Amino acid sequence: MTKRLLYPAILLILFVIFWELMVWQFQVPHYILPAPSRILRTLAVQQSLLLHHTLITLEEVIAGFLLAFVVGVGLAFLMFQFPVLEKSFYPIVIGSQTIPVFAIAPLLVLWFGYGLSSKVVMAALIVFFPIVVNTLDGLKGADADSVNLLRILKANRWQILWKVRVPSALPFVFSGCKIGISVSTIGAIIGEWVGSKEGLGYLMLHANAQLQISLIFASLIYLTIVGVGLFYLVVFMERWAMPWKRFSEVR
Amino acid sequence: MRKTEASFSRESKLSLREIKKSFSKDGSSLAVLLDISLFARQGEFISILGPSGCGKSTLFNVVAGLIQRDGGIISIQYREVESGLGDVAYMQQKDLLFPWRTILHNVLLGPEISRSVHKETRREAVDLMNRVGLRGFEGNYPDELSIGMRQRAALVRTLLFHKDILLLDEPFGALDAMTRSVMQHILLDLWMDYRKTILLVTHDIEEALLLSDRIYVLTARPATVKGEISVDIPRPRKVTDSSFVDLKGILLDMLQGEIERVFT
Repeated sequence: MTKRLLYPAILLILFVIFWELMVWQFQVPHYILPAPSRILRTLAVQQSLLLHHTLITLEEVIAGFLLAFVVGVGLAFLMFQFPVLEKSFYPIVIGSQTIPVFAIAPLLVLWFGYGLSSKVVMAALIVFFPIVVNTLDGLKGADADSVNLLRILKANRWQILWKVRVPSALPFVFSGCKIGISVSTIGAIIGEWVGSKEGLGYLMLHANAQLQISLIFASLIYLTIVGVGLFYLVVFMERWAMPWKRFSEVR
Repeated sequence: MRKTEASFSRESKLSLREIKKSFSKDGSSLAVLLDISLFARQGEFISILGPSGCGKSTLFNVVAGLIQRDGGIISIQYREVESGLGDVAYMQQKDLLFPWRTILHNVLLGPEISRSVHKETRREAVDLMNRVGLRGFEGNYPDELSIGMRQRAALVRTLLFHKDILLLDEPFGALDAMTRSVMQHILLDLWMDYRKTILLVTHDIEEALLLSDRIYVLTARPATVKGEISVDIPRPRKVTDSSFVDLKGILLDMLQGEIERVFT
């Protein structure tokens, strides 16, 4: 783990040094591109402001993700159990992906207001798709021979679902979650851009208007921490939920 | 050697009469099982030998009740049944251990489905695992075990289905010669104790001769029973015994024609 992080860390540090030097060399004005040192100073000075808005965005992202998870996994189960539902819903779910969430963001703000809920819905809309598709694939992809093994034992439908299909779907569900959580911040930020009074997206827009470019970068750093942190939280939960995976990865 | 006149005696544990099965694909129908009649007595070890692709696995799927047959009668314990579903245990070449379960949890699958996991079943499971050389692996995951060990776990799981009839579909087909020999000994050892009725599908003549009381030889597809031989050699058998070599010659002759049919 530490070794894997070493090279990208070195690259990043070199890049930041290069950036710093270039800004000094060419005297780039800070309202165009602030030097890393200036961004660092902003991070320190504006700590409480950044933290406040970060927590707002974090809340939106987590709520949106959980909403998408519950609805997505639930719908996938229903589609799996009732083919008629799959036939009706699946094409619509796929088709709906051609509509950019950005395009309907103003509508969502109109319907759900300037507060938390419109951002939650926005994040959920983005997260929903990878979760529902992956979960359904996972449920369907269970090994037919393993299912037959249970049929021979006269297992009922629920036993087959619970003892074979769900465990074999788990890796897929987590893949969906990992993709979902990585893009979840997009939804929240877009929502904040379109209409809000709080959150990192709001802060960035605000800073932009006042030419406080270093505050934009500081917000981006916090946003990255949120995104990466949530991603690894999902990875951690994946390992916890599937302890056997450690051994198959070694092979 | 005698032709099967289907001596469906009253002592037969499992009997199949004129089992037929064909698959339709793209409008044309492919006959896989033309007419299979055979039986197994209580506690008998039967091998079903045939060229690969002759429909042996289809036969087991029909008997196990996984696929519908087109015709024929299946009787278990003198009673005609829809299929062997619920009455037979089935083991395949793939061990089908669930990677998300520990070995102990895997072998207890049968009792778990029938909701009969008690202290005794657990003890029986651990005892059986000890016997097949899996002592101390109860808490390990399948991916931590070698193929041979996994197959032994699958065998224990099959026994713990607690069925009188075991269908073994080339269970050792994926193993190397050494491991296979070990598995054959373990299987024989367990069979002598448990006296289950075993039907073993194999294309390995020596395996059939080493293990079984009787051997049915199937024709190439569409499969019928070409012949049946009794192996009256006391166990433990040696591949070098003269009677073993004789029977091997007979079986080879019977199969040779069928193998040629596959390639012509």
